[in-house]
Amino acid sequence: MLDLDASLGERLGMEKIIEEALSGHVGETGGLITGLRHVQERCGFVPGETVRIAAELFNISQAEVRGVISFYADFRDAKPGQHHVRLCVAEACQSVGARAIEADLQDRFAVKMGETDAAEFITIEPVYCLGLCSCAPAAEVDGKLIARVDGQRIADEVSS
Amino acid sequence: MSKQRVYVPLDSAAVALGADDVVDAILAEAHSRKVEIEIVRNGSRGMHWLEPFVEVEVDGKRLGFGPIEAADVSSMFDADFLNGGTHEKSVGFVDDHPFMADQQRLTFARCGQTDPLSFEDYIANGGVEGARKASGKSQEEIVTEIKTSGLRGRGGAGFPAGIKWDTVQGASGDQKYIVCNADEGDSGTFADRMIMEGDPLLLIEGMVIAGLGVGATKGYIYLRSEYPIAGRILNEAIEVAKANNLLGDDVLGSGKAFELSVFIGAGAYICGEETSLLESLEGKRGLVRAKPPLPALEGLFGKPTLVHNVLSLCAVPWILANGGDAYAQYGQGRSKGTLAFQFAGNIKQGGLFETAFGVKLGDLINKYGGGTRSGRAFKAVQIGGPLGAYLPEAMLELPMDYEVMAQNGAGVGHGGIVVFDDTADLMAQARYAFEFCAEESCGKCTPCRVGAVRGEEVIDKLAAGTNYDENMVLLEDLCELMVDGSLCAMGGMTPIPVTSALKHFPDDFAPRHVREAAE
Ligand SMILES: Cc1cc2nc3c(=O)[nH]c(=O)nc-3n(C[C@H](O)[C@H](O)[C@H](O)COP(=O)(O)O)c2cc1C
Ligand code: SF4
Ligand code: FES
Repeated sequence: MLDLDASLGERLGMEKIIEEALSGHVGETGGLITGLRHVQERCGFVPGETVRIAAELFNISQAEVRGVISFYADFRDAKPGQHHVRLCVAEACQSVGARAIEADLQDRFAVKMGETDAAEFITIEPVYCLGLCSCAPAAEVDGKLIARVDGQRIADEVSS
Repeated sequence: MSKQRVYVPLDSAAVALGADDVVDAILAEAHSRKVEIEIVRNGSRGMHWLEPFVEVEVDGKRLGFGPIEAADVSSMFDADFLNGGTHEKSVGFVDDHPFMADQQRLTFARCGQTDPLSFEDYIANGGVEGARKASGKSQEEIVTEIKTSGLRGRGGAGFPAGIKWDTVQGASGDQKYIVCNADEGDSGTFADRMIMEGDPLLLIEGMVIAGLGVGATKGYIYLRSEYPIAGRILNEAIEVAKANNLLGDDVLGSGKAFELSVFIGAGAYICGEETSLLESLEGKRGLVRAKPPLPALEGLFGKPTLVHNVLSLCAVPWILANGGDAYAQYGQGRSKGTLAFQFAGNIKQGGLFETAFGVKLGDLINKYGGGTRSGRAFKAVQIGGPLGAYLPEAMLELPMDYEVMAQNGAGVGHGGIVVFDDTADLMAQARYAFEFCAEESCGKCTPCRVGAVRGEEVIDKLAAGTNYDENMVLLEDLCELMVDGSLCAMGGMTPIPVTSALKHFPDDFAPRHVREAAE
């Protein structure tokens, strides 16, 4: 959500960005989902205003838009921390210690899985398979894939 | 003399192990030594324990080196690797490597050999032959080839492809679609990703042939968002295919049109289920649809739609080029052809191994996979993804065959093989199966949505030793309810990992205090 005290100017700027990100995908197959992805790429998350704007542009109900946003794990309703870590916690990664890495990261950064730390330095999210199961455990740090990862490697990556 | 080509994979696994840094190091070293080279970003050979795997061609044969770090590069030049000089990381001729030599690569024949985006490379290595033959055949003739091949769906369910093609071909509709299921959500699987990154034109050719066979002019690849590299390569490959008339208004001069685009999902395992996928492709929540109607008759936007896994479609060009009969020579029983087995988890030689059905599970894990990566004792293997069974050592004699596995309470699925050593706790794995189902359920039916959460609670009680016997009965009832009352295999098959773990590893299900006392 936007800060309540955000100035009107900022708000209008945000609306314009959202509209731009969505409008190219109206009428496209699966366009709403592609549009929402672009909103998130531009804003870092899917701001609340998106619901109304998308409903108008795609000519569907706001409830439908909200339903789509909440169904898919990729869409976030808040800005992530400065660094974004997605740790694979699926079976192949579990077999070589993903759970221990999860505990390590939670300790190291004082943050819970699925959350952002108080200083908004890091967001840690679970992901169910990155297709790197032959060289597990795997993570994605700020968009970069890392195989045979451990807690230290992730810490190095976010501090570099 | 032409520039020496140096191959460094663009495959996600190679990149995640530092391939891009290796490329930079090679270019910098070549520059400072004033050696002219050309880097080719190929697909991966599938020997992932050797990634980043660097190759050069010497006297027409490929020599491999791996795993290479940027720090190795200078010494490789010192050893004159470009001209076949040996280095401590040499693995010799790639094709002679035991891991490669014992495979039967039909689908992955080109993967790792060629530049994935070079149409010249593609054609020079047998590409487009299948589509060319198909363009001279009638729809019925194409469908007959698929039927003869015995090909079954590689997405998990193993449904005969020919029957589906027949249905879509015979359906009437002003528009028909080919939809490729590239959601590959199963843990332990990455073959779809590898072929899309390493030989994307093969998938495009397979979809084009499917279009010619069933009379569809439009195709979509539904790609999971976790695969950004595959997405980029597929889009580039589509442009290459258009420029070479493999896609467009007049495919290979056949007078038939086929257009193709990539759609990126948004992080939902259930969208791998074909009807959920179609909902998602229509821009909606991925709620599973009741069947009938079959997607073959009423699929995308209510039109006849052929939905296939990536590997099913990638088997098609070979079948058309060599004939359905030739494909059916591989395999055993009703499991025809080859499967790309994926070695994952706690295994020494992780990677991709394509061979005919009938190979023993234990040979895959031990002979080719080299046993556990940790060096500890083997304990369990999960085959066929998160909805697949956990099997003990005693069952490693089983051959990989749809029917044999089913008779033993397991499934081949998408060919993923996830190995666990003796530190694994199968009660924890059973709990995870419920946790995953609770997380990924589409929410449409109660036994799945609520049952999964209940399952987690019941296992926690078993672990704590609370009303143990009652909770054990409850667990069994719950599994039965999920099997009987779920609309799709998400809820219906989650009990498989749970009950197989319970059956084969009962000791792991003793209450925590009992297990601790025993140690
Ligand atoms: C929960 C669930 C997840 C699935 N995930 C996938 C998947 O990621 N990829 C896939 O090809 N099939 C998946 N399937 C199977 C599809 O529903 C469908 O059978 C398949 O796409 C048909 O193609 P095929 O005949 O080529 O296998 C899944 C099924 C279920 C129930
Ligand atoms: S079984 Fe689960 S995932 Fe499948 S339709 Fe029912 S609620 Fe949805
Ligand atoms: S299970 Fe972690 S990358 Fe596949």
